[in-house]
Amino acid sequence: MAEREDSDQPLLMAEGLGKSYGSLTACRDASFALYPGEVLAVVGESGSGKSTLLQLLSAQLAPSAGQVSYRMRDGVMRDLAKLGEAERRFLFRTDWGYVHQDPAMGLRMAVSAGANVGERLMAVGWNHYGRIRDTASSWLERVEIDTGRIDDAPRTYSGGMRQRLQIARNLVTEPRLVFMDEPTGGLDVSVQARLLDLMRNLVSELGLAAIVVTHDLAVARLLSHRVMVMKGGRVIETGLTDQVLDDPREPYTQLLVSSILPA
Amino acid sequence: MTAMIEISDARKSFVMHLQGGIELPVVRGVSFHVVSGECVVLSGPSGAGKSSILKMIFGNYRCDGGRIGIRHHGELIDLAKAEPRQVLGVRRSTIGYVSQFLRAVPRVATIDVVAEPLIVNGMARAEARDKAGALLRRLNIPERLWALPPSTFSGGEQQRVNIARGFISELPILLLDEPTASLDAVNRAVVVELIEQKKRQGVAMVAIVHDDEIRREIADRIVDVTSFAAAA
Amino acid sequence: MNAPAYNFAYLDEQTKRMIRRAILKAIAIPGYQVPFASREMPMPYGWGTGGVQVTAAILGRDDVLKVIDQGSDDTTNAISIRKFFAKTAGVETTTSTADATVIQTRHRIPEASLHAGQVLVYQVPIPEPLRFLEPRETETRRMHALGEYGLMHVKLYEDIARFGHIATSYAYPVKVNARYVMDPSPTPKFDNPKMDNCAALQLFGAGREKRIYAIPPHTSVVSLDFEDHPFSRYRHDAPCALCGANDSYLDEIVTDDKGGRMFVCSDTDFCETRQAQGHRGSESAAPHKERAHG
Repeated sequence: MAEREDSDQPLLMAEGLGKSYGSLTACRDASFALYPGEVLAVVGESGSGKSTLLQLLSAQLAPSAGQVSYRMRDGVMRDLAKLGEAERRFLFRTDWGYVHQDPAMGLRMAVSAGANVGERLMAVGWNHYGRIRDTASSWLERVEIDTGRIDDAPRTYSGGMRQRLQIARNLVTEPRLVFMDEPTGGLDVSVQARLLDLMRNLVSELGLAAIVVTHDLAVARLLSHRVMVMKGGRVIETGLTDQVLDDPREPYTQLLVSSILPA
Repeated sequence: MTAMIEISDARKSFVMHLQGGIELPVVRGVSFHVVSGECVVLSGPSGAGKSSILKMIFGNYRCDGGRIGIRHHGELIDLAKAEPRQVLGVRRSTIGYVSQFLRAVPRVATIDVVAEPLIVNGMARAEARDKAGALLRRLNIPERLWALPPSTFSGGEQQRVNIARGFISELPILLLDEPTASLDAVNRAVVVELIEQKKRQGVAMVAIVHDDEIRREIADRIVDVTSFAAAA
Repeated sequence: MNAPAYNFAYLDEQTKRMIRRAILKAIAIPGYQVPFASREMPMPYGWGTGGVQVTAAILGRDDVLKVIDQGSDDTTNAISIRKFFAKTAGVETTTSTADATVIQTRHRIPEASLHAGQVLVYQVPIPEPLRFLEPRETETRRMHALGEYGLMHVKLYEDIARFGHIATSYAYPVKVNARYVMDPSPTPKFDNPKMDNCAALQLFGAGREKRIYAIPPHTSVVSLDFEDHPFSRYRHDAPCALCGANDSYLDEIVTDDKGGRMFVCSDTDFCETRQAQGHRGSESAAPHKERAHG
């Protein structure tokens, strides 16, 4: 396993982050620091504000309050709201990954799997067809997709395969931070299990930091080191995953935890 | 002899919001210390809070007050007030926890379950698996089971996998919750030997054991937790 | 009866100034598509209105105009446009590439090297090279602005994955001045290298899409490719049947209903010039003027 980037500097920092639409506050006062190699789960039910928070953290929405800072590869901490559009788009394609709940949103469905995985490489200047194809092929292997299907379009793939392809497409540029929005939502239970195993291994092998939005506490327990529980747009409890799930303090957290059916 | 664990006046209670907010006190005034190379056994009746104290030392349960002093990288830090990140660091390099029941990630092979603590700390997979195999063999888990996930094993086998995972790395503090429960005499003896070996290596241990004989064999000191019982 | 009196080269002076401003902007940013207020012309869209407007804006009384369509001066299109300018501008016209100062072309670049002082005006149907990969204009504009051309390479990758080679044979995308990716108009990829470091000014006009772009003289124009699948020109491997040239782009002519065919230079001026110099091909006994462009 790759050595964890044991740095004292946080990778991503949110301070008093909030988003309002007129009088409707979707998310308020979210603050935390994420370090390299850490996985943070944001759990809550629909409407809790967790998806809004993810969009704020990944600079897809501008905050109404507070700020998000990210430590770039050169070590400098930058306020995401002050990045130019070109910089932000570049960051999104190289140092970050974003896994959508619906893989069709994160893939080009009519273009071959190889081109899907290779696109980010081509976007940063890779210019050798053979090398691009080989890299794409090795990533397909890594996410357990039959490399014989490299020239097939994801339109011909099953849901689980599409999701794994989306993950490969995101990881090919070796990002340091991956955002995941309900990555196992909509998949069969057995397919979910396989995907979670894959994600767990990749995260630990590659030393990825990740923020995973999920309503499923089992996903949180399996993947994350830390958990933030959201309700009504607020972070109501936060701590290590085992702390929050074994020793829940807030009434809502206790309700969530008690609602998990035992294995 | 350096104190590896120094707990002073720690307390914990649960507030059950789903049951109308009743408060369930667990322990209060918990104070004791453990030095390297010694094994302190917590004694007391069932429900007195022994497991809870272990979980508080591991940072699994959060304290309502008091101090959980842990010697981490030479410095005594207060785990009760530590940042989550620091707690993760302490668990990675200082404190190991052998829980009462194996809680393994489903679908991971036994050999990998045991090798993981070493891999997480940077050891190559092949070497880690070798060490894991040696320990599993010692605990009488046959090689033909190593590739299988432990979820299908018997209680005793699962417990031995759990122990292997807890004992494989060289952490200076170990917390053991009923390490010999559901083991036969042969394997109980193996575990006692493993504990003795750790003591010789200077590891500080806190254990919960119900078996009187085992307690006699491993305990250097006994701390009676009934004195920490919080008034109901 | 009063015949209508046209302004020089048909367009009014203000329109010409507007188009010239767009042309200047285009020259200043090689390969960048400049929007312009395309006018209603006395020919429908799809018949070269963009090229005609550019030519009309730059023509002067002393210019010598050549108009070609698929390399030929003699097709309906070329003749019509040449007559249009003869009537509205009264400029001298020619079929000789070397003698022309302005050459308007549909889908071919002349074989003869162009020299300083000449302007080549291309007729362009769809100016946006990314259009068929990304239908949203908002997104393609952003891609050009930010230099995000990964998608263009995705198309080339797909070609190789599907056909074993880059299958694009015309309108082959190029990178201009190491900055903008451009569609050279539906010229065969055989012509792409002629655009690079050309001594003449190259202007591109798309009337229906309302865009003008330009390549100033001596600008680098590089065809997109992969290191291990480099750009290659395609030319049918045969000499011209009339003049014997081995390095010109050829038209395939069906000669009878028994499958007979011959290959002749697509650039008629080039072919005739060579024949006038004494070069002969295998079919040159036949009168080529009637044969070549039926």
